[in-house]
Amino acid sequence: MAHATAMLDDDMMAPPRGYEQGMGVYNEKLGMWVFLGSEVMFFTALIGAYIILRVAHPDAWKPPGEVLNVPLTAINTFLLICSSVTMVKAFAAIQDGNLAGLKRWLIATVLIGAGFVGVQVFEYMHLMSVGFVPSEGLYGSTFYTMTGFHGFHVTVGVICMIYVTWRAFRGKYSAADHRGVEVVGLYWHFVDLVWIILFTIVYLI
Amino acid sequence: MATITAPTAGHIATGEAHAHEMSFLRKYIFSTDHKIIGIQFLIMSLVFLLVGGLLAMVIRWQLGFPGQAMPGGGVLPDTMAPDGIVLPEFYNALVTMHGTFMVFFAIMPLLVGVFGNYLIPLKIGAPDMAFPRINMASFWIAVPAGIMMIAGFVVEGGHAAAGWTAYAPLSERADLTGVSMGQILWCISLIILGLSSILGSFNYITTVINLRAPGMHWFRLPLSIWALFVTAILVLLAMPILSGAIIMLLFDQTLGTHFFGPAQGGQPLLWQHLFWFFGHPEVYILILPAMGFASDIIANGSRKPVFGYASMVFAILAIAVLGWGVWGHHMFMSGMNPTLGTSFMISTMLIAVPSAIKVFNWLGTIWGGSVRFHVPMLHAVAFVSMFIIGGLSGIFMASTPVDIYIHDTYFIVAHLHYVLFGGSLFAIFAAISYWYPKMFGRMMNPFWAKVHFVITFIAYNGVFFPMHQLGLQGHMRRIFDPNEYEFLQHLQGINTFISISAFVLFAAQFIFAINFIASWFVGAKAPDNPWDDNGLEWTVASPPPHGNFATIPRVFRGPYEYSSPLVEEDFLPQNRELPPQPAASAAHT
Amino acid sequence: MNWLLPPGASTFAGEIDWLYYVILWVTGIAFVATEVALVWFLIRYRARPGVRARYYHGNNKAEVVWTSVTAIAVLVLGLMSAGGWNRIKGRDSVPPNAFPVIVHAKQFEWEITYPGPDLQLGTADDFTVRNQLHVPVDRAINATLTSEDAIHSFFVPAWRIKQDAVPGMRIQVWFQPTQTGEFEIACAELCGLGHYRMRGSVTVHSEEEFDRWHRNGGQLALGQ
Repeated sequence: MAHATAMLDDDMMAPPRGYEQGMGVYNEKLGMWVFLGSEVMFFTALIGAYIILRVAHPDAWKPPGEVLNVPLTAINTFLLICSSVTMVKAFAAIQDGNLAGLKRWLIATVLIGAGFVGVQVFEYMHLMSVGFVPSEGLYGSTFYTMTGFHGFHVTVGVICMIYVTWRAFRGKYSAADHRGVEVVGLYWHFVDLVWIILFTIVYLI
Repeated sequence: MATITAPTAGHIATGEAHAHEMSFLRKYIFSTDHKIIGIQFLIMSLVFLLVGGLLAMVIRWQLGFPGQAMPGGGVLPDTMAPDGIVLPEFYNALVTMHGTFMVFFAIMPLLVGVFGNYLIPLKIGAPDMAFPRINMASFWIAVPAGIMMIAGFVVEGGHAAAGWTAYAPLSERADLTGVSMGQILWCISLIILGLSSILGSFNYITTVINLRAPGMHWFRLPLSIWALFVTAILVLLAMPILSGAIIMLLFDQTLGTHFFGPAQGGQPLLWQHLFWFFGHPEVYILILPAMGFASDIIANGSRKPVFGYASMVFAILAIAVLGWGVWGHHMFMSGMNPTLGTSFMISTMLIAVPSAIKVFNWLGTIWGGSVRFHVPMLHAVAFVSMFIIGGLSGIFMASTPVDIYIHDTYFIVAHLHYVLFGGSLFAIFAAISYWYPKMFGRMMNPFWAKVHFVITFIAYNGVFFPMHQLGLQGHMRRIFDPNEYEFLQHLQGINTFISISAFVLFAAQFIFAINFIASWFVGAKAPDNPWDDNGLEWTVASPPPHGNFATIPRVFRGPYEYSSPLVEEDFLPQNRELPPQPAASAAHT
Repeated sequence: MNWLLPPGASTFAGEIDWLYYVILWVTGIAFVATEVALVWFLIRYRARPGVRARYYHGNNKAEVVWTSVTAIAVLVLGLMSAGGWNRIKGRDSVPPNAFPVIVHAKQFEWEITYPGPDLQLGTADDFTVRNQLHVPVDRAINATLTSEDAIHSFFVPAWRIKQDAVPGMRIQVWFQPTQTGEFEIACAELCGLGHYRMRGSVTVHSEEEFDRWHRNGGQLALGQ
């Protein structure tokens, strides 16, 4: 990523000054990448279990669309992807020092992200009302566990995004230091990527 | 200077003393100083080590003196031990919770939470961890996890009783165990603890990568730091698997899902695969830091560089990588496809090699040395000798046909205790006695420390060596009363001998505990570098000030330059600058 | 400390016990060599006044040698074990005409179903006995393990056989007893509060005795 501005005495978005060459990125960014490694393993456990159970017992699943609302969720998926776009735009804005742009695009990301969660909750409520509950065989067990934990991660992401937005409004970010924006963005993109995988293997197959 | 977020180390002026006095609460309770957090983990873990030990005492009472009233057993409620006589259902909870507390709340935090926290910034030349506030959170999240795990003893139905391995479907069916809330608490506690571990691990990894002092190249890192770094990566990647598995177990118990129950297509073996996919890297998490400490201490005690430093690093990496490919050796009898069994057997045999390399290199380090028998050295040498036994016994169970006979017998119990106690715990004793002066500014009493060592070493072998024989006679694990079986009745004498040794072993730990506590207050004042060690932590005061170093150190050499011809003393600190040498004698990286 | 195995009474015992003793010797030698070296070095290289330790960082050749020796040793042990594993547990290893039984594990007993005179399981003349396994000597027996509830493990130490019984699975384990007599079945997987007393008994009969027992529908008409 380009540092558009002059280096200050303490360039907060560079690796720590005066230390051995590490990964060439500042601590918070490295930390988030490393943390995301643990998240990959977590979803691997859930998705791996799903794949093993489904391959062994395919008749426990209904064909796509029969139980789950694929069109609605497809729109929801599109929305989540849009929120990654708005996140990228927020990041680009603050890289150029555009505080107004940052605020605008962050709010958009929060709203779309919250909307995604809302649609998921709405879908859950509908499904449960027609008897598709977590205890509904392997299908229900895996569906709710995978999408539920994904939804939980999105919710945490939305909360962090609200915090970052609040800080943006308090003028805490600049072109020289917008670590929080980049780091929450990384998390957000990860959550989006997991959803694309989940949408494919849970809704479309 | 203005920093708005947590002081990432490079951005605080090192050496700047805190102009303001922090309250007691901020300084010692909700501290972000890695040294305080390390000591917090130390106190917490030692408490849980005691809990795990007490549980073992009750187990050994029942096995040594079956059906007899335990002295002091009257304090236990009738659901556990009416009239002090242990009940079978309580026995199953005992073995479960002994393993659970020891693995998750004692050994793991002692190795990783205590020494990862305490040593990493000091030994790499950093003022603190990359994320001090997350570090504080990591400790304070572990505390409620521990409280929850203790709480399981007092809920209705008693504590989790399906083994620390919680095999499904037993663990998820209250109708099969009589336990409901206890198992649920077990699950939630470990999920929370997992979060604490993961927060710690990414902190350690970021710190070691980004905050090494200038000159601290990767191949100048002490092996304790290499081990802790690689262990942190294992924690980062393995703990989430356990969390995922436990979540599925918890949902089976509480939401009626069907992951592991066969009634609607769930698979009991899925639990085992998930658990051991985590579980095998977990055992390397439990041994690698111990190996790292042993290397540092043996080099120091021998006054010699570590033999084959680079190989030691590669062995750590090899163990960590290969460790992901052997999990099936816990499942040879599970009903898993036998061909898979063969492949796991081969990978398991191979992983013996890097451990063997390390043993040979420890021997090579002592060879040609000038050995000082300080207390840490005694424990470190005991670590090596006991780890040899534990490692060799593993070869028996790696051979699948032999494992048919010894799986789920006391031969396995002997093996695991030789590596976890003979290995990890002796290394922990070594590490505590070694870094205690740095932590507390006091020396532990060496005489009583040596008494503790001798009694512990002898009693420990009295407990666990005969377990090999029990296993070879077919004595199964987790058995409340072996006398139900004719083929085991002749082994009662051995069981009683083991139990008496265990009581002696437990009692001896009070010597350590008293030494630990008393020395904190009245121990001899510790100099900066009581062991003449080369590490960076010994170049600052005991205990080090907040921020550790007045200025970021500059490192010129590796950590094991003992008996160097370049200086008169038999040690040469990593940051000691020497005048330029005329003929650069094999300058070590 | 007794390193000997108790007497075995099946065709597997020979191979398994032999492997065990080979490993015992190999690890025993390694154990003695390393521990003696350790103690010897500690004594020989203890600190003495005026003697400085060697400034020595390692020896690549030595490392290559002992690494190779270790790797070869463990690989050989692995390959030696692989054959036996296939013969005992391989999916195709069950001898044809093995006498079939079903061993249904449950909290806390073993329900053993025998075929009737038609020697077929799953027909009307099958009969079930609790906690008693009767088999003829010198014949292969093929047990299908099932479980009612938790995971149990069918363990007959004298025969050196062990196999988990997993609910929802049907798992085969075969064996061939070589001695008549009484032996014990133990459960080797924690299965609940009665795990410790999930004991069964095995009677290995001569061919004629077994036929008589079997024809009588499992009645203990013959003398104990």
